[in-house]
Amino acid sequence: MSLRVDNLKVWYRTLRGEVRALDGVSFSVADGELVGLAGESGCGKSTLGKSLIRLDGRMRHVDGQVELDGKELPIWDSERMQGFRFKEVSLIPQYAMSAMNPTRKVGRLVTELLESRGERPAAVHDELLRRLELVGLEAEVLDRYPIELSGGMKQRMVMVISTLLNPSLLVADEVTSALDVSTQKAVAETLVELRDRNVVKSTILITHDLSLVYQIADAIIVMYAGRLAERAPTDALVETPRHPYTRMLLAALPEVGVRFADRRLEGIGGSPPSLLDPPTGCRFRDRCPLAVARCAEQPPFVEVAPDHFVACWKAS
Amino acid sequence: MLRLDNVTKRYRVGTFGSRELVAVRDVSLEVRPGEVVALIGQSGSGKSTIGRLILRLTPASGGTISFDGDDVAGFKGDRLRAYYADVQGVFQDPFSSYNPVFRADRTLELVRETYFPRLGERRWRDKVEASLAAVRLDPAHVLGRYPHQLSGGQLQRLLVARALLLDIRLLVADEIISMLDASTRIDVLNLLGDLKAGGLGILFITHDLSLGNYLSDTAVILHRGQVVETGPAERVLARPAHPYTRSLLASVPQLHHKWERTGRGVPEPAGEGA
Repeated sequence: MSLRVDNLKVWYRTLRGEVRALDGVSFSVADGELVGLAGESGCGKSTLGKSLIRLDGRMRHVDGQVELDGKELPIWDSERMQGFRFKEVSLIPQYAMSAMNPTRKVGRLVTELLESRGERPAAVHDELLRRLELVGLEAEVLDRYPIELSGGMKQRMVMVISTLLNPSLLVADEVTSALDVSTQKAVAETLVELRDRNVVKSTILITHDLSLVYQIADAIIVMYAGRLAERAPTDALVETPRHPYTRMLLAALPEVGVRFADRRLEGIGGSPPSLLDPPTGCRFRDRCPLAVARCAEQPPFVEVAPDHFVACWKAS
Repeated sequence: MLRLDNVTKRYRVGTFGSRELVAVRDVSLEVRPGEVVALIGQSGSGKSTIGRLILRLTPASGGTISFDGDDVAGFKGDRLRAYYADVQGVFQDPFSSYNPVFRADRTLELVRETYFPRLGERRWRDKVEASLAAVRLDPAHVLGRYPHQLSGGQLQRLLVARALLLDIRLLVADEIISMLDASTRIDVLNLLGDLKAGGLGILFITHDLSLGNYLSDTAVILHRGQVVETGPAERVLARPAHPYTRSLLASVPQLHHKWERTGRGVPEPAGEGA
C-alpha cells in the first residue's frame, strides 16, 4: 500500500469565510499504480494534489491523515515536509512551463536543486543523463536556458527533475493541458514509462480530460465539489460508470465520429454549489436527474463491485 | 461569403527584423452562409493568424481576403464598420476579453454606442434580452455583474451574445471552448450548431480534432502555415489522406479506443509564435 489518504479535509481561508475545497476524501493508491484524478474546475482536484506536497498560506489542514509507505506525512507542517518533498513525494506543477528559473541554464538549475537537498550532483549525474534519454531529450539541453526549449521539452525536463531522486509518489497536475495533441501523447507516455521503469512507485495524474486519462491510467477517480464521486478501474469507470455525474460527464464528451446533425449531446444543466457554504447531503443533487429525498443525507463512498467505489444512494 | 485566396503572412523576427517567418503561406479557403469550417492545426500552425487576418487585426502580406466579393483590405471608415457588423470574433480566453474593473455587460454597451446610438432604451433592452436568450443566459444572472463573478462558460456565452447583437453573418471562433469545462463545452457547441441552422457561417479554429468534427461541414488541416488537407469533415477525419492528418488523428485521446504505444507522437513544429 503506497499511499493512503483518510478523510482528508483541507479548506481555504478567505475574507468571506472558509471554502471547503477538499471535504473528507479517502482513497488509496497501490504500488505501481497510475491513478487519474479527474473533475471539472473548482472540484478540488488540484487542492488534493497540493495538499500531498505543500499547503500554501491560505490552506488549512482541518482533518484527516495521509500515509505514504506506512509513514504518516506531516502535511500540516511545512518544515517537516521538507524531508519528504522531492525524495518521497514530488509534484509536477500545473504550470511546469514556468517552473524553471529563466536566469539559469537547465544543468546549473538541477545542480543547485540537488545541493539544496543535500545531495551530491556528481553522484546523480550519470542517472540524470539516462533519464534525459528515457524521455527523449538530448544531454545538451543542460547547456541551454529554459527559454530555448519548446513547451513539450520544458514539460519533459521538469518531469526528469521532479523524479530524479526516485520519489515513491509522483503527482502530475494538468501536465498535458497546455500541450498540442501530439506532444500530449508523448508526455503521457513518459509518465507510463517512469512508472514501468520503477523510477516512481505510483503516480497520480490530475486532469480535467477524461479521454486522456483513459489512455494511460490503471484507475480513475472522479471528484465533484470537494468530494469523491466515484473510483474504479479505468475500463469499468468508462464503460460502466455508476455515479450519475460520471455518466453525464462522459455523455457530454464529443468523440471523433459523433456529429451535431446526427446526435445532439447534452451538457449538465446548472453549476456546482459554492463551497463557502455547501449544501448538506449529496452535493450533486441539484443537478441530478435521479435525485430523491434521501439525497439530502450524505451518501457514503462504498464499494459496489470489486475496486469500484461510488458515493450515490441510487448506485449502491 | 468569405473567401481567402492565396493568403500569406510574413513576420519579421530576430534582431532588427533580420529574419523572416512565414506564418501563413498561400492559404485558400471559403466559408458559405450556414457552413461551419473547422480550421485545425497545432500551435504554431498559423491558424490563429488566419483568424486575425480575417478580422483585420493584422494586415496580410500577400493574397486577398474578400467578403461578398469585396477585398477587405480596402475597407475604411463606414465600410469597415459595416464589415464588423457582419463579421465578429470570439477568442480562447474569456477572462482576458473583459476589463476586470467594469461590469461584464459593458461589452454590450460598447456595441450600442458604436452601432445603435439612436436606439431607444426599451428596444435596446429587448434586443439584449433576445441575444442573451439565444445563448441561454438569464439576464438576472449576468447583467450588472463583474467578470470575476461569472464562470468561464457564462463569460464566453456573453461574448457570443455580443456578436449576435449585430446580426452577424460570420463568426470567427478561435479556440472558444478549449478553456471551458466538459459539461459547459457542449452547451457552447450546441449553441453554435443552432446558430448555424439559422444561417450563420462559422470559422471554427481549434487544435482538437474531435471538437472540430462535432459541428463542422468542412475540415481544413493546417501544418506550418500551409493547408495540407481539406475536404468534408466526416471524410477527412474518418479517412485522412495526408500522413500529417493521420499522425495527428492517431494522437487524439479518445474514449473507448486506446492509443497504440508508438513512443513519441508527432514531432513538434519548430519555429516561434502561435
